This record gives sequence, structure tokens and C-alpha cells, in this order.
Amino acid sequence: MAAKNNGDSLILKLVWENIRFRPVRTLLSILLIAVPVTLILMLIGLSRGVLEDSGRRTQGIGADIVFRAPSSSLISFNGASLSSKLVDLLGQEPHVTLATGVVNQPVAGGIDTITGLDIQAFNRMSGGFVFVEGHSFEKADDILIDAYYASQVHAKAGGSINVLNRPWHVAGIVEPGKLSHLFVQLPVLQELIGATGKVSQIYLKLDSPDNLKTVTDALKAKFDGYPIYSMRELLSLLSVDNIPVLKTFINVIIGIGVVIGFSVVSLSMYMAVLQRTREIGILKSLGASKGFIMAIILAEAFAMGLGGTILGIAFSFATRSIMHVFVPASLPQAIVVSWWPIAGSVAMGAALLGALYPGMLAVRQDPIEALAYE
Amino acid sequence: MNNGQPSPEPIIHIRNLRKTYDSGKVSVEALRGIDLDVPKGEFLAIIGPSGSGKSTLFHIVGGLTPPTSGEVVVAGRNLSHVGDAGRTELRAKHVSFVFQKFNLLPNLTARDNIRTALSIAGLPTDPFDAEFENVLELLGVRQRLDHKPSEMSGGEQQRVAIARALATKPTILLADEPTGNLDSRNSLAVLELLKDLNERFHQTILMITHNSDAAAFGHRIMHMNDGQISEV
Ligand SMILES: Nc1ncnc2c1ncn2[C@@H]1O[C@H](COP(=O)(O)OP(=O)(O)OP(=O)(O)O)[C@@H](O)[C@H]1O
Ligand SMILES: [Mg+2]
Repeated sequence: MAAKNNGDSLILKLVWENIRFRPVRTLLSILLIAVPVTLILMLIGLSRGVLEDSGRRTQGIGADIVFRAPSSSLISFNGASLSSKLVDLLGQEPHVTLATGVVNQPVAGGIDTITGLDIQAFNRMSGGFVFVEGHSFEKADDILIDAYYASQVHAKAGGSINVLNRPWHVAGIVEPGKLSHLFVQLPVLQELIGATGKVSQIYLKLDSPDNLKTVTDALKAKFDGYPIYSMRELLSLLSVDNIPVLKTFINVIIGIGVVIGFSVVSLSMYMAVLQRTREIGILKSLGASKGFIMAIILAEAFAMGLGGTILGIAFSFATRSIMHVFVPASLPQAIVVSWWPIAGSVAMGAALLGALYPGMLAVRQDPIEALAYE
Repeated sequence: MNNGQPSPEPIIHIRNLRKTYDSGKVSVEALRGIDLDVPKGEFLAIIGPSGSGKSTLFHIVGGLTPPTSGEVVVAGRNLSHVGDAGRTELRAKHVSFVFQKFNLLPNLTARDNIRTALSIAGLPTDPFDAEFENVLELLGVRQRLDHKPSEMSGGEQQRVAIARALATKPTILLADEPTGNLDSRNSLAVLELLKDLNERFHQTILMITHNSDAAAFGHRIMHMNDGQISEV
């Protein structure tokens, strides 16, 4: 047992000295393994960040129930196909104290959304915006933007920005966290997108949360075919698992990660085995078993995989900071710790897999030829 | 022949050993019928022209490659039958090599080179036992244990290589031109050390050399020519 422990620590020492002896090769390999780790964590972080941010903002409106148009999609809030009349109708339902409709229209290639809202009703429902700068709507071309968007486009209250192909006067900058990053008055947006008398979704506030189930059940019976969610349901739907496209995309990135990690380590260990042909011959002349030789190769691959994982995680913090500086509103990136082991396993698995073939070459090497190798 | 310690049972027993290397179309007969017995405790010198099969004989006795045909019994193991794992075990525990090119692991200190050999043999690596400390003393490498090969002279490297070879207390030490890369002063020192080790610890040693002065250090001198023993 004691002898075995000594042997293990010697393997570690051999590996460590090998790594130190070729720092550039090792660092390059680790750097390359870190790339897919970062990609995976960034993608997951962005998906989750965007969804959580959108969830938080949805919650920020202070509604209890969300009423959507049939066949509207969860992530793209575009189009306005609900009649404004429904707002009044729903407002008269029992236990509903307030109903307000909004129009959501994608901007900037669909990453952001501009919201048209009835500011009085919205204020009553959400408690109103907190203004960082400026004031609320006064004129038709007034726009309110949140602080994230303001820093992203370097806008100030009183200035002007272009959205939906026309200039707007930035009336005020508000604290983030309510519904959207950009707001204009409901009728203005309705007219602009040719949806007069239509809204994208309707938010309802109830007299008491205790009546939530009663009201949703009643509404679902009455408005068959309309997606009706309690706010809690809606938030739970905003997860990566409910967006098949995203899941596929993530799996593709994981696949790329495996391929990169596998190739990098394979190549790196192949070079290492060639460079150390003679040392492997020496170890064999000392009686090293196949297992011993393979253990050294795999341990080195493991070390590279681990290094790549740690570096990749560090990089994901860096990408988050970069995103936060340049696009705080559009692409908030979350740090998803629960995915560290997954990204790490991808890197380690690929590294170990990549080391198998070079390891076999090393194991099979003829010791006499290896010792004669210059 | 053996003017040292008489021993009834030879530690190496070889009959009609042949080794053929097949490299594609051409096949080379490196050994063509070798008969040899080496008693325990002997210091045998082997001399012969280049290509005569000296190293090949060592590679077979030391379990680096299997014999093509014939009977080879080393430390009680019939090498025609033991297979890869058996040869690996032979190298780890019973036979040690010393090479012309020292062959120390370049990234490890002398001490870790020795520990590696001990660890592979499944022996405790720390601390070195008293008898091995004596060997280190005799070899004059105790002060160099924490140096890497690149920090040592050729003579020192070869003495560390001998120390590493002896650490596992092998039954047989195979030294293939151990002085081939050394100047005459260091060569003499190494040869005297081998003789000392043989006399003080009864270490069985087989040594290949091109130099008849060096060969004279052995109890016996075996001449090889064209894959055969020409003279003992
Ligand atoms: N792995 C091999 N494959 C093919 N032929 C080999 C191999 N090893 C040795 N030989 C051949 O076997 C013969 C004997 O070689 P060996 O190395 O045993 O000679 P040697 O007596 O040690 O020579 P030297 O004094 O130059 O070291 C040579 O003809 C050599 O070319
Ligand atoms: Mg030779």
C-alpha cells in the first residue's frame, strides 16, 4: 500500500515535470481546450441570462395573469393580434381589478423589444417607473429607455435615438426591470406598425392572489384556445428546456466542444509521445507496465482537461464582463455554476478520449527501438 | 573459468538461442545458436565487432524482446514461455540495464530517477535502505542526488544510472558499453566500481565492451562474432 502510494505520487511528479518541461505546448493545449468550455458556458449563460432577465422584467409589471394571442410564441413577442376590446372585457371579469394591453415589437434584428404601453394603467399596475433622468411621455415621439439600454447606445435624456427606422426623443431614462428596455406610448406604436386597435398581450391584476386559480380556470373556460398563464407559470416556462431550438444549438456547441477537445489533446499527446519516445523506452527498460505508461499519458491529458476547464470557466467570467460593458441590455450573461461540471466533463472526456490513441502508441512502442530513438 | 564464487545452478542458462529480426522483406539473423551459462556472482565481459549480436543477446536476457527459438532461462524464468507481462516483471525486479547513453529520465533528479525504478519494482521509495546507501557512497553520487541529469557530468550520470540499476537489487546487471561515452579517467572509475560491486555485493554483472582493457576487468571474456560465440 505504501509502495503504491509512492508510485502514484511519482506518476504525478513525472507528469508534472513533463508539463513543466514543455510549458508552451501545455499552455496552448489548455488554451484550446478552454475554448469550447467557454463557448458552452457562454451560450448557456446567455440563454439563461436573457430568459431570466426577460422573466424579471415580465414580473416587474406586477400582473398576476398574462393573456396572450392564440399561437403566439413564447420567446418572440412580436405582432399584435388581440383586439383592444378584450382589455375592457377582461377588466370586467370578477376579481380582476386592472387590465392593460401592451404591444411588443422586435427591434434591432429581434434581440430587443420595444413596448407600447398605456402609461396610466401601467403605472397603477407596476407602481410606475423609477426615473434616473428626465421625465415621462409628453409628446408622441417621446421614448423611455432603461439604464442598460442607455449605456449600450450611449443615450441621454433629452437626446435622440433611432428605433424602428425613425428618430425618437429620449424623454426619460428609467431603472431596468420592468417589461422591456424601450417604451413608447401604446397608440403611437400601434399606428407605427399598422396595428391600430390591437395589442400583443394583456396583463391582469387581481384583487387577491388567493383568487388566482379561480380566475385562471374561469378565463380558460371562457376564452378557449387563448394561452392564459399565471405569472408563476409563465416564468417557469421561460427556461432553456422549453425552447427546442436553443437545446439543439447547445447540443451542437457541446458536440463541437468534444471534437475540439478530442483533437487538441490527441494531437498534443501524440506530439508528446513522439517527443518522449526515448523516455518511454527508458521506463519500459525499468520494467514499467503498460498500465503505468498509459497512466502517465492519461494523467497528463487529465491535467490538461482540468486546466482547460478552469481556464474556460475563468473566460466565461471575462465574456460576461465584456457583454455587460458593451450590450448590458440585449445580452445579459448569467454565470451558471450548475453547468461547470457539465462543461468540465465535456472537456475532460474529450481530453481522455483524445489521449487514448497516443497512449496506445506509447504502450505498444518497441522498447529497443524507443531506446535507439534520437 | 569462474575463478570467483563457485555456484552449481547458473543464473543464466542459454541453449541454441536464435534471434531473427524480420523487417519487411529482409530478415536479419542477429543470433545464430548461442550456448551460455552464467553462474551467480560472475562478472562476464563480452567483446566483439559491431553488429555481432552483443546487444541483441542483452535485450533477450533482459526481457526487452523475446527469443526467436532456443532455450533461455534467466533467474528461473524460461523466457520462451513467459510472454510480455512476464518479461516486464523480469525487467522490473530481476534484471537491470546500464546503457552507453546513460538513459536517465531527463526531467527528474537523480533521486527521483532512482525512486522511479523502485516504484516500478513495487518497492518502497523512501528512505533508501542502509545497504543501498552504501552503494551510493561507493558510487560517489550521494551529493548529486538532487540534481537533474543536465546538471551532471557524463561520469556522474553513468554512476547515477548504475545506482538506479542497482536500487532494486537485481539478480543480474547488464551493462551495454557502460564506458562508451566516457573519457578514460571516468571509464576507469566506472570499471573499478563495477568490479567493486561484484566483489563486495556479489553482484552478477554482464558487460559489453569494445575495449580489451575494459574486458580484462571481468572474470571471463566472451568473444562474439557474426551472431555466435567464437571464443570464451
Ligand atoms: N530491431 C532490429 N531490427 C532489425 N535488425 C536489428 C535490430 N536490432 C539489431 N538488428 C541487427 O542485428 C544485428 C546485431 O545487432 P546488435 O545491436 O546486437 O549488434 P552489437 O554487437 O550490439 O553491435 P554494436 O557493437 O554496434 O552495438 C545487426 O546486424 C543489427 O543490424
Ligand atoms: Mg550494441
